[in-house]
Amino acid sequence: MEDGSILEVENVTKWFGGVAAIITVSFSLQRGELLGVIGPNGSGKTTLVNLLTGFVKPDSGKVIYQGKDIAGQQPYKVAALGIARTFQMAKPFYQLSAFKNLIIPLYSPRVKKLRGGKYGNRDDVAIDLLEDVGFERDSFVPYKVASSLPHGYLKRLELARCLALRPDLLILDELFSGMSMSEVAGTLPIIEKLNTEGLSIIMVEHRLKELFRIAHRVMVLNFGAKVVDGSPRQVMDSDAVKAAYLGDEDEG
Amino acid sequence: MAMRYRKERLDRGIKVRCDDVFALSSYREVLYLAMPKVLPVAILLIFPLLKGVVGLYYEKALVITCAISLLALSWDLMASVGLISLGQALFFGAGAYLTGYLNYAFKLSPILTIPLGTIGGALFSTFLLLPVLRLRGVYFAIVTLTLPLLLGRFIDTTKILGGGEGISGLSPLPNLWFELYVAIFAMLVCLFGFRRLINQDYGLVLQGIRDNDRAVMSGAINIYRFKVEAVFIAGLAGSFAGAFMTHYYQFVGIPAFAMDYSIVPLTAAVLGGPGTFAGSVIGAFILVPLSEALRGFGTLRVVFYSAILIICVVGLPEGIFHYMRRKYHQFERRREIG
Repeated sequence: MEDGSILEVENVTKWFGGVAAIITVSFSLQRGELLGVIGPNGSGKTTLVNLLTGFVKPDSGKVIYQGKDIAGQQPYKVAALGIARTFQMAKPFYQLSAFKNLIIPLYSPRVKKLRGGKYGNRDDVAIDLLEDVGFERDSFVPYKVASSLPHGYLKRLELARCLALRPDLLILDELFSGMSMSEVAGTLPIIEKLNTEGLSIIMVEHRLKELFRIAHRVMVLNFGAKVVDGSPRQVMDSDAVKAAYLGDEDEG
Repeated sequence: MAMRYRKERLDRGIKVRCDDVFALSSYREVLYLAMPKVLPVAILLIFPLLKGVVGLYYEKALVITCAISLLALSWDLMASVGLISLGQALFFGAGAYLTGYLNYAFKLSPILTIPLGTIGGALFSTFLLLPVLRLRGVYFAIVTLTLPLLLGRFIDTTKILGGGEGISGLSPLPNLWFELYVAIFAMLVCLFGFRRLINQDYGLVLQGIRDNDRAVMSGAINIYRFKVEAVFIAGLAGSFAGAFMTHYYQFVGIPAFAMDYSIVPLTAAVLGGPGTFAGSVIGAFILVPLSEALRGFGTLRVVFYSAILIICVVGLPEGIFHYMRRKYHQFERRREIG
């Protein structure tokens, strides 16, 4: 956690009709930090991810990424700045092989520039990325059509698609949902490794046990508002969190 | 208990051998790989020479078939990006009218008007479609369906560009040879060009947009730009067909925006097998000659035509091209189960 913050979110608000999906949420993310975001269903976690990545435009507030306000920018521009995201529902390019799925982000202007204008060896890059997220390199798996792959592979393919952009900030929207225990156990070290290598990560997650193990800090959302923001230990002990997840006793 | 069978599909031995890098060791294997491409192309190139055998009528029908093939290819390219169009007539009409007008007003020769009409028509239609490229599925389809009808009626009522009468007496094409070979050549260029394009990285992005446009966006790629470019390329194929047919008929009028130019290419692509380009061409080469051959039945023609179409689509839902490719590469055998 050095070099100060990579992302500053200031009083972001988003209304969907009469429902406030996100109300004046502010937080910051330090370089190299792993921030967990948790909250009950419908608490605005995915909306927050969409606000950060340009898929939803905030009604008010600022999203300052590396000193620039990116609120309401087109998703592809946000991605070009180095914010990569996974989707909660893994929706790969079903009719293409896993390998070709990665060629698409590798074709983006951002990656071409990072690779020095040259495009050679993209095959090696793609296959290395797949291996990094746990695809068996010398098997047929990378060349199978995505629609024939099991769900766990598709989620990891989502992760590889993000890593292809060589992001500075990675946002994982419930990466572990739908994965088996062993798949989670296999993926967790990958994320930890990326983080120790200096990648800043925001992780929206329902699997609290795994999240609390690797997160530096955890933020809790409920009804679109920030409830608690602190170390995993503080969050676990907080009464507000218990109320949010288990219901407030006073309300009956 | 009755014996139960399951159909099993296996790759032919020669297919398996040819998948290998060391395949090209015998003439048989070279032939096996080259045949599906070389044979149809060869037949097409020889066909114009057979005027004595097939007659002028079917030579002329080939030109129309090529034009419909071009429209079907253009439909298939748009479908590869997830843009389902019901209005290829827009491209056809735009190219046709621009070409006709350039020839009529400025007396330019077809050598100039056809390229200008192709590019201009594609630009014009792409420009018209710009605002709706963000739409998907049915919404995009409805707009494309309406645009050619709107333009046709607009020309009719405002009496511009010849109004309801159209513009006639345009320059003819030099000769039948020119007509046939230019049409065939343009179709082959589009067919093999599109097939190549879609398998390049560029084409993968197009296919990605069809499958999941949000994931392409989050891959730092401006999908809007790719859609515009794809529509323009599809527009070039469609407008060329219009531009070419204008000089072929020596006439351009409201029929250039007719529904036929939207529906027949779409049917051809679906019948032949969408997403393959070759399927679109096969579809067109079945539909157009069939429709000509059934002319003898008079008014009943449409009935027979539609019946054959329904039988084909129900019997071969995968598309003729997929079926042919499967039969070429694989054999089936029955296998006992249980």
